[in-house]
Amino acid sequence: MKKPIQRDLFPGALEMMILRTLKRQPMHGYALVQDIKRTSDDLLQIEEGSLYPALQRLLKEGFVKAEWGISSTNRRVRIYKLTATGGKHLEREVSSFERMLKGITQVLAPGEL
Amino acid sequence: MNWLRQLFSRQRLYRELSEEIQAHLDEKIEELVAGGMPEREAKQAALREFGNIGLIEEKSREVWAWPLVEEVFFDIRYGLRTLSHSPVFTAVALLTIAIGIAANAAVFSIVNSVLLKPLNYPKAEELVALHQVAPGAEGLADFENGLLLSPSMYFTYADHNQTFQSLGVWITGTANVTGMAEPEQVRTVAVSDGVLQTLSVPPAVGRWFSQVDQVPNGPGRVMLSYGYWQRRFGGDRRVIGRNIMVDSQTREIVGVMPQGFRFVDSDFDLTTPLAFDRGKAILAGFGFHGIARLKPGATIAQANADLARMLPIWMDSWSNGPGSNPHIYETWRITAMIHSLKQQVIGNVGELLWVVMGTIGLVMLIACANVMNLLLVRVEARQQELAVRTALGAGRARIVRGLLVESVMLGIMGGLVGVGLAYAGVRFLVAIGPSNLPRLNEIAIDARTLAFTFVLSVLAGLLFGLIPALKYAGPRTGSALQSAGRTISVSRERHRARNLLVVGQVAMALVLLMSAGLMIRTFAAMRKVDPGFADPLHLQVMRISIPDSLIAQPERVTRTQNAILEKLAAIQGVKSAGFVSEMPMEGFDSDWDEIFAEDRVYADNTIPPLRLYKHISPGLLQTAGTKLVAGREMTWSEVYGLRPVVMVSENLAREMWGTPSAAIGKRLREFPRMPWHEVVGVVQDVREKGVPDPAPEIVYWPPLMENAFGPGPAQATRTVTFVIRSDRAGTESFLAEVRAAVQSVNSDLPLASVRTMQEVYDKSVAQTSFTLVMLGIAATMALSLGIIGIYGVISHTVSQRKREIGIRLALGAQGGDVLQLVLRQGTKLALVGVAIGIGAALGLTRLMTNLLFGVTAHDPLTFVAVAGLLILVALFACYIPARRATLVDPIVALRYE
Repeated sequence: MKKPIQRDLFPGALEMMILRTLKRQPMHGYALVQDIKRTSDDLLQIEEGSLYPALQRLLKEGFVKAEWGISSTNRRVRIYKLTATGGKHLEREVSSFERMLKGITQVLAPGEL
Repeated sequence: MNWLRQLFSRQRLYRELSEEIQAHLDEKIEELVAGGMPEREAKQAALREFGNIGLIEEKSREVWAWPLVEEVFFDIRYGLRTLSHSPVFTAVALLTIAIGIAANAAVFSIVNSVLLKPLNYPKAEELVALHQVAPGAEGLADFENGLLLSPSMYFTYADHNQTFQSLGVWITGTANVTGMAEPEQVRTVAVSDGVLQTLSVPPAVGRWFSQVDQVPNGPGRVMLSYGYWQRRFGGDRRVIGRNIMVDSQTREIVGVMPQGFRFVDSDFDLTTPLAFDRGKAILAGFGFHGIARLKPGATIAQANADLARMLPIWMDSWSNGPGSNPHIYETWRITAMIHSLKQQVIGNVGELLWVVMGTIGLVMLIACANVMNLLLVRVEARQQELAVRTALGAGRARIVRGLLVESVMLGIMGGLVGVGLAYAGVRFLVAIGPSNLPRLNEIAIDARTLAFTFVLSVLAGLLFGLIPALKYAGPRTGSALQSAGRTISVSRERHRARNLLVVGQVAMALVLLMSAGLMIRTFAAMRKVDPGFADPLHLQVMRISIPDSLIAQPERVTRTQNAILEKLAAIQGVKSAGFVSEMPMEGFDSDWDEIFAEDRVYADNTIPPLRLYKHISPGLLQTAGTKLVAGREMTWSEVYGLRPVVMVSENLAREMWGTPSAAIGKRLREFPRMPWHEVVGVVQDVREKGVPDPAPEIVYWPPLMENAFGPGPAQATRTVTFVIRSDRAGTESFLAEVRAAVQSVNSDLPLASVRTMQEVYDKSVAQTSFTLVMLGIAATMALSLGIIGIYGVISHTVSQRKREIGIRLALGAQGGDVLQLVLRQGTKLALVGVAIGIGAALGLTRLMTNLLFGVTAHDPLTFVAVAGLLILVALFACYIPARRATLVDPIVALRYE
């Protein structure tokens, strides 16, 4: 069992990941967490519950929509879906994140020193 | 409206969230159990991985919270706490605001009920009064009613108009109701066809008059007012169809009008059909009020044009008898000046009420200035607290909002207390309000008044909160924190705001004192005018009417009246008694006619001016205290002998013959076939229509006169006012004896309008005294608030300058120097305020010109007196803190540092 990294995510990271995941396909909260955990190879330590405030924020901003539906395990769940504005927001966030990452990587890159 | 939906859907959101989280956990547990974990462990693991459910739910909810509302709620809670920490400040501020708002709410409720609310009739905006003026008929059309309508005018207008849905004429009067327990004189309104239709108020019981009821000499019909129905018949619905005796004529009750119904501005007990006889109508007889309902879309200008078009038709269709020229009325220049019925009801009281509203509004401003002053002092004391909050991250906007929320709360709380006071205030105002104030019975605090009060409270809160909040929020954090606790000298700038406030208060107080002063001068001037009767407190008056049906023969009417006089004179304590068709200021419709003088030549097509005339008994002048200027009174033997004698007023004598004595022996008559009457006496001028109106020219005929229209019995004056001079006037025992005396002559004669002349006089000046009281109250409030304001500022300055004063004293300044120093500051403020106030008063008092009598709006005496008074009072308010300043102990003041 890999030891997950004990570090908080930067603000907005979780939202970005949620939006990216939902862009692939609509899903409900539990599936969303499992998906993020799985795709990150369990490298990211996410408290499962912290997903919900983030989802509420996205709902309020209108980046995602929620509808009650039935899950594959036959449960009444809320299924979240990316909206058009959410898609645009994701693109903006991702590109700005990439710029930031590039900057950080350049500074951290060895050789210059 | 999105936020509103959000507010209400929040509960659902939260519920769904909990459900969702539970589903999440269930799914997790199920998965773990499926993976082989025992259920207990699975539950714990799921919870562990999920995190703190309570916290997560709260965080999720926060997303939806409405930050502004919650912050304002916080501000309110915080404000309440700080206010409760300084109870004295809060109490003083609240009381000041509450009194200001109460006065405003009370006066506004009157303005609203009297001026703003529509009249109590369906579609009242369509109703108009058929008002006409006739500049050529001097006298007759002089007063507020203009030229009233004659029956023939009514017929013409009703037949030929194009702009009215309906129209009618009406007239007020009195009638004796007999055949029930006790004879009673009641107020009547007689209406033509069309009046009830125009007002459109359905009867409470029974029906309106129909056209059949308007047939001359038809079946006698009558309708009751709600009050009379309750009083006399206990509200019995079976009253319809019953007969009552009105002026000794049998009339059948056909209906009852609902509660609160009045004919325009007249309360009544009974209403009867006018039942004009078309065949007997002549041009003249201008005694009826006209009302009409405009057709939808018709304007008053169109209606005026309509009436103007019909006037020639009227003159062509009717006459005043053979040989008379109907077009003589062209010289009267009759002009239609129709106005809305509401305007007719309100009359000239609008101006008065707006003046009162304006002065009370000024009082509110002064009260706000006082509270603002208090807040300035307080916010200064709270500098440190505010600085700490700023240092801890509160933004300037946040602090301003906090302070404003606090002051608006003060305003609203003051408003709440104020509304309570206003209920009492309205009752007080209605009690002292002139009884002839229109729509007095409609005055109440309604939703509009409450809304006005609420808006006023919030505005006041913003007004007195804004400047302190802006001035002290935010900047100077560093310096405030540093200097906290140290009494550095106060900056000039910080004083400027408060000084300005005091100057403003003094200026506004001066304006209010000026207006009150002018009213006092008006009242004094009115008191000085000789109304034409003396010692009204000891003059008992009452109306007695002897209808045809009771005593037919005219001479017997006069003999009955004469017998009553003798019985009255025999009552213990009565000095004398007399009667007259109407006493001055009684407010009954007066009689006018053309008066010809023998020694004057009248061109063919002209008519002499109309003169007010009265019928007067021998002994009346002496009883009333009306002076005889020349000649003598008529005697009873002349009255019974139908001698052609007459008396005239002094101004009429002067106008016609130059001097009063020159009038004696001259002869007058009303129309050609009447015998010439010789002037035997000249009577002092009488303020017939109230003190402010000039005395009209009056002709005094005897109470019994020859029938001027040819042979037949003489004519008596059937409705007269009896006047009794006695020290016992107005007392119960006296009135009982008076009643018994009248009954002993004829038991079917009710007394009406039983009053002392003092009451009549008071009623006629009621509007002035009401204004005086209102402006007096406003000015007193303004003055006391102004004093408190000056006192507050000066004493605050003194306490701030304690150290400076201590140094001065230590360096050798004398107490007198310090006293002067402080007084000079106060005087300067007062003088600037007075100067500005005089400027403002010069402009503003002009607005009340119409309310004044015997004094101009720029009366120098009032200005000087008021300015002097204000400066004196201001000096006094400064003296107390100044005196305290001289007692500063330099050692203590300096060591205090």
